[in-house]
Amino acid sequence: MTVITFKKEQFIKFVLMAFALSSLIFLFLIFAFILIEGLPLFHKIGLKNIIFGFKWAPTKGSFGIFPMIVSSFLVTFGALVIGGPMGLSCAVYLSEYSGKKMKMLLKPALELLAGIPSVVYGFLGVIYIVPLVRNCLGGSGFSLLATAIILGIMILPTIISISFDAITSVPKNFREGSLAMGATKWQTIYKVVIPSAKSGIMAGFILGMGRAIGETMAVIMIAGNALKIPTSILDPLRTLTGNIALELSYATGDHRMGLFSTGVVLLVIIMTLNYIANFGIKKKRLK
Amino acid sequence: MKQTARIFYILFLLIGMLTISCGRGSIEGKGNNFTITIAGSTSVMPFTEKLAEYFMLDHPDFVINVQSGGSTAGVQACINKTVDIGMSSRNLKDDEKILDAITICNDGIAAAIHPKNPITNLTMQQIRDIFNGRIKNWKELGWIDRKIDAVTREEGSGTRGAFEELIMEKNEIDDGIMVQDSNGSVKEVIATDPYAIGYISLGLLDERIKGLSIEGISPTVENIKAGKYMIVRPFLYLTNGKPGDKVQSFIDFVLSKDGQKILKKEGLIDIL
Repeated sequence: MTVITFKKEQFIKFVLMAFALSSLIFLFLIFAFILIEGLPLFHKIGLKNIIFGFKWAPTKGSFGIFPMIVSSFLVTFGALVIGGPMGLSCAVYLSEYSGKKMKMLLKPALELLAGIPSVVYGFLGVIYIVPLVRNCLGGSGFSLLATAIILGIMILPTIISISFDAITSVPKNFREGSLAMGATKWQTIYKVVIPSAKSGIMAGFILGMGRAIGETMAVIMIAGNALKIPTSILDPLRTLTGNIALELSYATGDHRMGLFSTGVVLLVIIMTLNYIANFGIKKKRLK
Repeated sequence: MKQTARIFYILFLLIGMLTISCGRGSIEGKGNNFTITIAGSTSVMPFTEKLAEYFMLDHPDFVINVQSGGSTAGVQACINKTVDIGMSSRNLKDDEKILDAITICNDGIAAAIHPKNPITNLTMQQIRDIFNGRIKNWKELGWIDRKIDAVTREEGSGTRGAFEELIMEKNEIDDGIMVQDSNGSVKEVIATDPYAIGYISLGLLDERIKGLSIEGISPTVENIKAGKYMIVRPFLYLTNGKPGDKVQSFIDFVLSKDGQKILKKEGLIDIL
């Protein structure tokens, strides 16, 4: 290697590293801006009044987002109840039962499902799910239930792909051992494979939660955005993300800061979820 | 080696393109053009854009910059003299009255329901009670036993502000009521849900939704012009002191027959 080539190599390495680090810089900038815009209000109104306040009327000086925090978690929980079992079953089927042909059909379909823009999910929700809920169960249809159904479908690809990876990485001799002991295939899956892939599956669920809690467009379209904590699954509700997107276009001054504070809370929640998920995956690898 | 050269070449091209495209913006602003900056209410903005488009066709030496930001932002910007004209879709508050306000047109707000709903008339008090959460069932208004699905606009919206001021008065809109973020989505909810009620700009009423009479007076342009239908808000242009000739010429155009005809076609109530 001549000196010139070596220098060039070094230079390329430097350029690539600069680009690689830029993602870190973006992350840092996003954090910095949200905190700069959002934190002053916490100081002014008080952390307790924002996080545990029940009244959101930013133009009149009330910035309570407690109902939205609760609603966000309710919707996410609902999405997990609907999407979780479906996703896990699909992952188990894919890794344990399906033949090559079925796998070749299902995998691209799942990737496609992940690629559909959320506004399309929202639109489908408004056109089909909302009237269905309204006609069959009553209420306005813009409800916790409709939102949970749509979000449940939206988080399927995340849950399936991560659980699938976790299940396929269970060593083959675990399965063979179980089968040799006389267990049936289902008993093996139920008693051996799923328990040993547990942390990976949990990580999939938690990342799915992160996706559901962060989803905005589809939620605004279907949730009805009422400010109360829903008392039944047919009540409308407003999530944290929905609150920001709904009101940003008109917000000025304290109102705008209030929306950024909502962003701060959302950021903390999503960071915590991601941290827990990463922790789960790491723990599995260390074993 | 060849590949390195190629990467450099692509990078160079990219950077070059960036520089050129950044530069162009500033080049365009130059010349003998006269720039008018207008900012404020998001309700007025689309109509101002339309007016500006027509105006610039006849006056190619004008560049009219229309920005949104909300009525309050428009008022503030006008007081600070950062814009030539501020737009507002609500009346000025007392401490804002140092500005000159010109009403360019009026916009009615109609309470609307699904065409299947047999109710045609409500009193102000009934509408107030629906949005305040005191009336929750259509039975109380003489229809079937079914929950009312009321829809309102989001906090900060000009339409909501006008609705609160003109109909709700001191009553608050209940937290349990659904919120949608545009006239269009409110309309969509009402058009698809037979049990819904909401309020939207008068110009957006069509056969898919039914406008309600309030206190026996139907929401029509004639009734507004005759001063009978009272749920009307003005669309204002604000200036800080007497505007310059160029700015005045745009305002004159908006108030002229041609300008008003454009606004009328958009479903607003002209002031001729």
